Amino acid sequence: MQDPRLENAGIDAWLVRLFERIDEANMPWLMALCDRCEQAFGEALVDLVPSYTTLLVHYRPQQLTASRARALLVDILADLAPDEAASTGETKEIPVWYDASVGPELVRLEYEKGLTRDEVIEIHSGHVYRVFALGFAPGFGFMGSVDPRLDTPRLATPRQRVPAGSVALAGRQTSAYPKVSPGGWNLLGRTPVTLFDPARERMSFLQVGDRVRFVAIGREAFERLGGDTTPVAAVQKVQS
Amino acid sequence: MTSRPLGALRVEKAGPLATLQDSGRFGVRRLGVTQGGPADLHAFAWANDLLGNAWQAAVLEVTLGGLILVAEQDTRLALCGADLSATLDGTPLSPWQAFTLPKGKALTFGTPVAGVRAYLAVSGGFNAEPVLGSLSCVTREGLGGHHGDGKPLATGDRIAVAREATSATGSHREVPPEERIDYRQPATLALMPGAQIADFSGESTFRAFHTDWTVDTRADRMGVRLAGPRLDCRLESMISEGIALGALQVPPDGQPIALLNDRQTIGGYPRLGTLTPMACSRLAQCQPGQQVRLRPVDVNRAQADYLSQFRRFWTAPASGQ
Repeated sequence: MQDPRLENAGIDAWLVRLFERIDEANMPWLMALCDRCEQAFGEALVDLVPSYTTLLVHYRPQQLTASRARALLVDILADLAPDEAASTGETKEIPVWYDASVGPELVRLEYEKGLTRDEVIEIHSGHVYRVFALGFAPGFGFMGSVDPRLDTPRLATPRQRVPAGSVALAGRQTSAYPKVSPGGWNLLGRTPVTLFDPARERMSFLQVGDRVRFVAIGREAFERLGGDTTPVAAVQKVQS
Repeated sequence: MTSRPLGALRVEKAGPLATLQDSGRFGVRRLGVTQGGPADLHAFAWANDLLGNAWQAAVLEVTLGGLILVAEQDTRLALCGADLSATLDGTPLSPWQAFTLPKGKALTFGTPVAGVRAYLAVSGGFNAEPVLGSLSCVTREGLGGHHGDGKPLATGDRIAVAREATSATGSHREVPPEERIDYRQPATLALMPGAQIADFSGESTFRAFHTDWTVDTRADRMGVRLAGPRLDCRLESMISEGIALGALQVPPDGQPIALLNDRQTIGGYPRLGTLTPMACSRLAQCQPGQQVRLRPVDVNRAQADYLSQFRRFWTAPASGQ
């Protein structure tokens, strides 16, 4: 950890900047900082938003002045130690049906990267990713880091409707769309897993700090697990 | 406290956008769930205060008018915020007051005269099943609202009133004149400088605070875009990080966007700083084409101002119920 910086983010929030670069080694520090904030702020804590290199701490101004909240954070940072337990958590598996009908950019990757389809799938599913942040939509996990051989920019024109469960890639990040939404990431396939359900106890299948492996499955297994095989192109037409 | 739905308002005509909003959805932002809540916290808080409700009770946020509601029984209501040419059984009804909508009579919203969003509170608050601890309706996420699915009011819907009409009354029947805001006037928005402001050119920082910015048509509950001179930042984009309410981000086109209640929880554009809650409330009532200015304010001062403006609501007798 370098010298952390505290930046004001409003009358009720401070942003703790711990790192300058994306690195899996950041995660035990960020997880430890989340825990310490929960303890130190107690009832005065409203929300924590960890992301890659930073933590946004939102507190109740009714209970804490800005300077008091800042002082609490300074105290925490003085003796912060990484939470190594957070780095040994279980690995979650996301089954994926990799197919051009539900992952049209498989074709783009083959063409642009000079790889066979099997190689693209093997590289994408052959790595254990880390969830660096949740955002964009409830349960949408930003995972990294994708093998440089698959590094591909976002689409020039985002889709109006990316189907729920779409497994996607942008730059060196990968994710899965919890529900239908607009989006510009490259689609490689689809998972039958429900990624966000407000009725479920933990609500989000993924949590920041999780390790994740994508597991290739066939169409039959995908359907058996409740997956929707509607092609991406057909979902687009519904909109227009 | 037992909560027994007593009655309801019937939606005769839905209008462009009317949603249920309580003070917001908190404690779940780390899962990517946004905060929601009233875009104009000031008008929201006064609407509840006039009826002696808990300050965070759910109210209707009526955007741009066009809504017609009919009472199924005599209903005590309060209207604050934008003047959307409301009429009560055909008689003009100005905002910032409490009133009774008699059984079978219609409350009709027309077109905006001043401001964009009106807040309609009901004695005891509106009733619905909370989603992730809140009734706030966030259409983009499909969470909250009167049906719990993030859908705004639709023609034919009924919205339930929370409990037996309270005997509680507010401290005022009308909002005192000094607390009413004429949204047609040019607005000055207090901004706490911070974040990446040092990465903007000196000229851009000067311009930020010395420009009459024009509120763009691209304005909704996620954010409001301001049009004016181009602001240059040496950072084009950054690693995404948590975004607070009121963050003023500047994408590569140099035109700032103030991020409001339904914003994405993390983002990667450089920011000049953060608007105060009062500034967010004020901006949320600006019509496209209106002029706004930015004024720097120190965080300690801004926090003190916030407490003096809002403390009265938290200490109201019915708070915490």
